[in-house]
Amino acid sequence: MTDLTAPVSAPARKRRSNLQLLMANRLAAAGLFIFGFIVILALLAPILPIPNPDITDQPNRLLPPLSEGHLLGTDHLGRDILSRLIWGTQVSLLVGVSATALAAFFGSLIGLVAGYVRGATDSILMRFVDMLMAFPYILLAIAIVAALGPGLLNALYAIALVNIPFFARNIRGVTVSIRNREFVDAARLSGKSHAAVLFTEVLPNVLPVIVITMSTTVGWMILETAGLSFLGLGAQPPTSDLGSMLGQARAQLFTAPHASIIPGVMIFLLVMSINLLGDGVRDVLDPRLRSGTLGRPMPVTKIKRETKPASTIEDAPALFVENLSTGFDTGGSITPAVNEISFRLDKGECLGLIGESGSGKSVTALSLMGLVASPPGIITNGGVYIQGQDVLSLREQDLIALRGARVAYVFQDPLTTLHPLFSVADQIAEAVLAHNPIGKRAARQRAVELMETVGIRDASGRASAYPHELSGGQRQRIGIAMALANDPDIIIADEPTTALDVTVQARILELLQKLRRERGLALLLITHDFGVVAQVCDRVAVMKNGEIVEQGETQTILRAPQHDYTKRLIACVPELGEGHSFLDRVRPLFSEAKA
Amino acid sequence: MTAYIGKRLLAAIPVIIGLSVIVFLVMKLIPGDPAQALLGSYATPDNVARINRALGLDRSWPEQYVIWIGNLLQGDFGRSYILNRPVLDEVLERFGATLILAGASLVICSVLGILAGIVSAVRQFGWTDRIVTFFVLIGISMPAFFLGLVFILFFAVQWRLLPASGMYAVYGGGDLPDLLRHLILPASTLAIVATGVVARLTRAAMLEVLRQDFIRTARAKGLSENKVIYRHAFRAALVSIIPVLGIQAGFVLGGALYIETVFQWPGLGQMLVKAVSTRDLLLVQGGVLVAATVYVLVNLLADVAQALLDPRLKA
Amino acid sequence: MTNAIQIRDLVKTFGGGRSLFGRKANEVQAVRGISLDLKRGETLGIVGESGSGKSTLARMLVGLEHPTSGTMLIDNKPWADLAASGSRAFGRTIQYVFQDPVASLNPRKTIGDILDVPLRLLCSYDSTKRALRKRELIDAVQMPLDTLERYPHEFSGGQAQRIAIARALAAEASILVLDEPVSALDVSVQAQMLLLLQQLRDDLALSYIFISHDLAVVESISDRVAVMYLGEVVETGPAAKLFANPQHDYTRSLIASAPRLSATDSAA
Repeated sequence: MTDLTAPVSAPARKRRSNLQLLMANRLAAAGLFIFGFIVILALLAPILPIPNPDITDQPNRLLPPLSEGHLLGTDHLGRDILSRLIWGTQVSLLVGVSATALAAFFGSLIGLVAGYVRGATDSILMRFVDMLMAFPYILLAIAIVAALGPGLLNALYAIALVNIPFFARNIRGVTVSIRNREFVDAARLSGKSHAAVLFTEVLPNVLPVIVITMSTTVGWMILETAGLSFLGLGAQPPTSDLGSMLGQARAQLFTAPHASIIPGVMIFLLVMSINLLGDGVRDVLDPRLRSGTLGRPMPVTKIKRETKPASTIEDAPALFVENLSTGFDTGGSITPAVNEISFRLDKGECLGLIGESGSGKSVTALSLMGLVASPPGIITNGGVYIQGQDVLSLREQDLIALRGARVAYVFQDPLTTLHPLFSVADQIAEAVLAHNPIGKRAARQRAVELMETVGIRDASGRASAYPHELSGGQRQRIGIAMALANDPDIIIADEPTTALDVTVQARILELLQKLRRERGLALLLITHDFGVVAQVCDRVAVMKNGEIVEQGETQTILRAPQHDYTKRLIACVPELGEGHSFLDRVRPLFSEAKA
Repeated sequence: MTAYIGKRLLAAIPVIIGLSVIVFLVMKLIPGDPAQALLGSYATPDNVARINRALGLDRSWPEQYVIWIGNLLQGDFGRSYILNRPVLDEVLERFGATLILAGASLVICSVLGILAGIVSAVRQFGWTDRIVTFFVLIGISMPAFFLGLVFILFFAVQWRLLPASGMYAVYGGGDLPDLLRHLILPASTLAIVATGVVARLTRAAMLEVLRQDFIRTARAKGLSENKVIYRHAFRAALVSIIPVLGIQAGFVLGGALYIETVFQWPGLGQMLVKAVSTRDLLLVQGGVLVAATVYVLVNLLADVAQALLDPRLKA
Repeated sequence: MTNAIQIRDLVKTFGGGRSLFGRKANEVQAVRGISLDLKRGETLGIVGESGSGKSTLARMLVGLEHPTSGTMLIDNKPWADLAASGSRAFGRTIQYVFQDPVASLNPRKTIGDILDVPLRLLCSYDSTKRALRKRELIDAVQMPLDTLERYPHEFSGGQAQRIAIARALAAEASILVLDEPVSALDVSVQAQMLLLLQQLRDDLALSYIFISHDLAVVESISDRVAVMYLGEVVETGPAAKLFANPQHDYTRSLIASAPRLSATDSAA
């Protein structure tokens, strides 16, 4: 942890290229293959040995497929369907891709400028976009074609125009979020003009979204232009695209269905291959999907232990953890996060679990009740004994029944950990009802009592408030009230005060201390702050790289840490009143690293 | 809440004015001089000037717009010169048929799409998920007008199960069962594509919500998995699904263009397509304006529904 | 000795514009009449909790926000003159180090590209000189040379903060505004960062405005400290004196709330 100067580890660089990732997705690869085949066929139309698509041959009209000289038969004017199909595909592709390019260019430009400049420009541009969006889907296109007159080019403009809002909105959203990132301000301070910031700093970050949006809308635009042609408003004879082929063949639907079905299937294949490819492209470029975190977390962490420990033990404390190991499944191999850790927590005791980021302290806390998101989380070893019973050996619903009843959690950021759409009293009442079916009214009464217990003034008045209407400190009090709902034996508090200001933190810690003493609660406190540990914990366990390097009485460890890591960690905490001497004191700790 | 609805209603007014401006401008795009076209070989400069004065075309565009809006507000949408009847009468008559078709499709796609999306998210990567994903892919890739033709070919021609076109049977029909029989094919064709979109977005919204911190809190409380998914996760996902349903309303209204043409459904879409081919511009203008206004109101409803669900939006 | 920064009666109000229907939107006074001085070569610590207006103050100093009223002299240049001559004038005079080091580096640029911009636009160096300076800067923040070819995501928070500091130094401005520069870092990394900042200030004769919510951190590096509360400076004074003998109630409650290692079980 100390040697910042060591070279960065290399494995991150050896990532698979985007194309490799795309090809690894079988559906996307299939899409690419079909799409590529269609594109090549369409491009080769001038040199393929196919008849002229516009030569009519009345005697040979409506020939079925596999007729001599006409592989796919002929249409109502005796024209060769295969030839028309290939040429028509070329037109459809060209129009769809051009419309997408136009919509993407103008839409992205509007979105970029509106999102970056904000203010009045943003309002005006986006009101304009809203107006365009206020038309149902393709009706505006119809109005434009009506005004300009039917024709392929007019249809193209119309389709491009009605899709501009879609790009503008998407791109604006992303631009706004990137504009608020600090590197944009930093680039300004590095001397870049607004235009330079927009096009050299923001645009590169927005580009993947533009590509994703394009790849997911090309298919749609091909469908829309084909639709206009189908209605006779797009391609006009002698030009024909897939849509107009279908439109013209419709009259002979009952006598010669193949003339309709062939172009229809072609449109379907083309659009489907593009959609498959588009989804693949999105998966590759979207970093969230890429890291594989979009999996749906299961109710209980996957448990796959090498050895099964005894399911019960005698004379157990409130909580006893033995050789617990948890890792993350990274496609094939398991990256350990917590490694063979053991600790105990007695009734009424407070144990601090302290460590720096990445030490595995939060994963430990979540593992105890199987709350590590899974996939990718997986508990690979060990036992967690609550009152002597290994909870990891329990059936899923029995483990769930323990949550919130015997063991309750308080999480870090109360804004994201409370449900935004339910009132706070409902959320507390729900916790009561989950284990104790006393009826809605009684549960709500209990919720208000609990809110009073945790020191919320005017509890009955605040009961119907939503989380966003409360301050950070009050929200965390709600979180604590929820944890107390069923008089648990153990509360696991995962960085409960990290998101709060110091003055609020002091009051929340006070509250936790008071509750612990009054109710004889066992408290497992996860934190990165030695000050917090010193203030509330009886004992402390120091974690590093998924292991507990040292544990013992808080005072003993603070006064005489044994392990080098603990020593250094404690030494690095500045104390109020120490002033400049702090820096002189820690300087020797790092001098060897610099040498 | 009433204040919120009032605010949204007020906000809808400029949007509707904007719509009318865009429609007005689009109509101004029309190449050629209307007076010239009207007069044909009688187009002496004198006559052209007289007609222009009579039609108000010698005034500035803003003046023309105000006059036009004034007429619209009095219910005067002009006369269709092809049908030789007032535009508003024709539009309103047709709109009922479209509302039945689009409304039925919207209900089908909302219910099926949301159900499929939830099941697909909950059983992520399971076989149900795969089947749903497969049908969604077909749905969103299938041209609705082609699907309609295929349906006609099989259900009406091949198996003779359902009528291929129209809203009522020519002889002896006209009751509700007859209407429903005629509705099944066009409504399901229109709904299939929209269902794909809804299912896809529902799945994504559910998966997104299921990863949120407050879901972990719900689990930590000891709630059953059903409660976690259907009460906590779905409620939160619904907030982002509802606007999608609003957009789908526009999608089915627009899709009605193809479907009504394919199934000879006597609605607004069929009317518009005909009007565009015959360049009956006043009819196009009236139809588009009415449909767009209805769409704005549907989205207003979606906004209100969303605000009812999400207290954060009311602020 | 002249002041590096002189702030008089600075006010910043957000919102308050009129909406379409003439209703007045909610007004938030983020900064309410602040006056402060930063001497040359000095570190002025600014402490305060969320909503105290300390970040707004910092963003105004570097020209990222416009003050509603009041005056600022930065390096003896009036703020308004700097603003009128554009972002480069600010960049040459005063630089900013952000709280979240990873977010302050563009994920799609190499560190070399990122450092190149201020050297090119603010210092107008030719390419040979830029290459030389880049190596010097990387060395100054104690990072290995191959850092220049790498992308931001390859670095930890502490490493990224060193790079962000190198970028701020590249502009060769003599004043640095450090906005919670160590808050996102683990304690051991935090201590190293404080040492580095101290050393750079002495070596390069810089002046710092050091913003933090952590009293002990501020005390360890600051010469003087200003305490902000709800947009106002409630108390200023030499670091040691201010914390030992706080005058204002708010300062006292801040000090009482700060968790300490020495076990005086204050919660009891």
